[in-house]
Amino acid sequence: MAILEVNNVSIRYITGDFKDIGLKEFVMRKLTGNYHVTEFWADKDVTFSLERGEMLGIIGSNGAGKSTLLKAVSGIMVPTEGTIRRQGSIAALLELASGFDGELTVKENAYLRGAMLGYTRRFMDEKYDEIIAFAELKDFEERPFKQLSSGMKSRLAFSIACLVKPDILILDEVLSVGDGAFRKKSESKMHEVINSGATTILVSHSLEQVRQLCGKVLWLHKGRQVDYGTDVAGICDRYQQFLDGTLSIERAGE
Amino acid sequence: MFKTLKTHQFLFEELVKRDFKKKYKRTVLGMAWSVLSPLLSLLVMRLVFTQFFGRSTPHYTTFLFCGNLVFAFFSESTNQGMSSLMDNAHIFTKVNVPKYLFLLAKNAQCLINFGLTLTVFLLFCVLDHITFTWRFFLLLYPITCQVLLNLGIGLILSALFVFFRDMQYLWSVFTQLLMYASAIFYSVDNFRPEIQRIFLANPVYLIIKYFRVITIDGAVLSWHYHLLMAAEALIVLALGCWMYKKYNHQFLYYV
Repeated sequence: MAILEVNNVSIRYITGDFKDIGLKEFVMRKLTGNYHVTEFWADKDVTFSLERGEMLGIIGSNGAGKSTLLKAVSGIMVPTEGTIRRQGSIAALLELASGFDGELTVKENAYLRGAMLGYTRRFMDEKYDEIIAFAELKDFEERPFKQLSSGMKSRLAFSIACLVKPDILILDEVLSVGDGAFRKKSESKMHEVINSGATTILVSHSLEQVRQLCGKVLWLHKGRQVDYGTDVAGICDRYQQFLDGTLSIERAGE
Repeated sequence: MFKTLKTHQFLFEELVKRDFKKKYKRTVLGMAWSVLSPLLSLLVMRLVFTQFFGRSTPHYTTFLFCGNLVFAFFSESTNQGMSSLMDNAHIFTKVNVPKYLFLLAKNAQCLINFGLTLTVFLLFCVLDHITFTWRFFLLLYPITCQVLLNLGIGLILSALFVFFRDMQYLWSVFTQLLMYASAIFYSVDNFRPEIQRIFLANPVYLIIKYFRVITIDGAVLSWHYHLLMAAEALIVLALGCWMYKKYNHQFLYYV
């Protein structure tokens, strides 16, 4: 029984006039027949499934629909067509460093983030010191968050996020953060989480990482599923050729 | 719904805390301001309108305060509720949380504020020689109705605000009009009975009148009146819930 099943999922975005016009303008345009929206499919007919403990790498250039797909898998978005079936808890670590509140202190932000990730208060009380120690922010606990450097922010974000123990883990380019020593430390911590048996989906621009870690690969291009399978080396090779310009998308899909 | 609330209790508490801290962190007067501002508008109204309406209305200060108390709660709660969804867009686009949680947190904070002003209101009742009776406990009824009403309007407005960014402006105009239509500084007794009946369609007026009847007249309104109040609040709340259910998954495209 697959722990995650994604069947023919398509996701449609609507863009166009509506975003910045107000109610008055909307009514006027509706009346004059001057109201236009355009649709575009961020993902079209994507199908894959994962067994417990498997790791899937998603590759593709910018605008391939990777992030949208992850949002659908984590339940933030609902697919326009197709179905997603999942079992067990899910943790999506997307764009970690953003979404903190600049006015609050480091400690307050840590608790808020923990709450967002679904931790309990008791868990945060227990782990808080560990988080701060791991992030190396002992002297900054009561500082307003906006005074931190961007490196410190992502360190804190990572230190809170890496405590998750989900059945399905979704990683959007957050295998490691920071520089030098912290990069090493965070990478080995993340491997610990992955190796604890979570089913993992990894979006990465580093083909090296995908080759090394993943047992399955999904290649997306402009929302379409170019290739998918367990032949990690083969698919990565062809993706590399496509990036180098020696292989066209049409031929890669065959 | 209660089950999801239970699982998200920690997040809810943290959101209330955050809203609270952000509101009072940088102001010198802090929480005192939330009590001072309705007192100031009360003072101005007392000075200005006593000439016109005060002579014919007994306990005019309490009369005014009832209106101000209820309306300030309504106005603050709905205005802040409106932006609650947009302000937290950075959260619900990354984490799968129930979106009404942000509105609930904002409303919880406004309710605390209301509690403070209510305490001052009761102090003023003492100064205005109002006799306290057991009937004061009945005030919990209009307060409950108002919380439901505020939540309902907050749901509707915050959903609309995602789609139409000029809602903030339109709502402030509407609030202004509603303020004049809620008999805050005048009594409806001077109108013909048909006209008086129209006021009953305004849920804010219903709540204000309830406060006045309990505090100034020391009487209890009919059960029809209780029913009407609950019905109006629940209809608005139902409409709000329906909008959230319907548009829950579309908010994402608009932020």
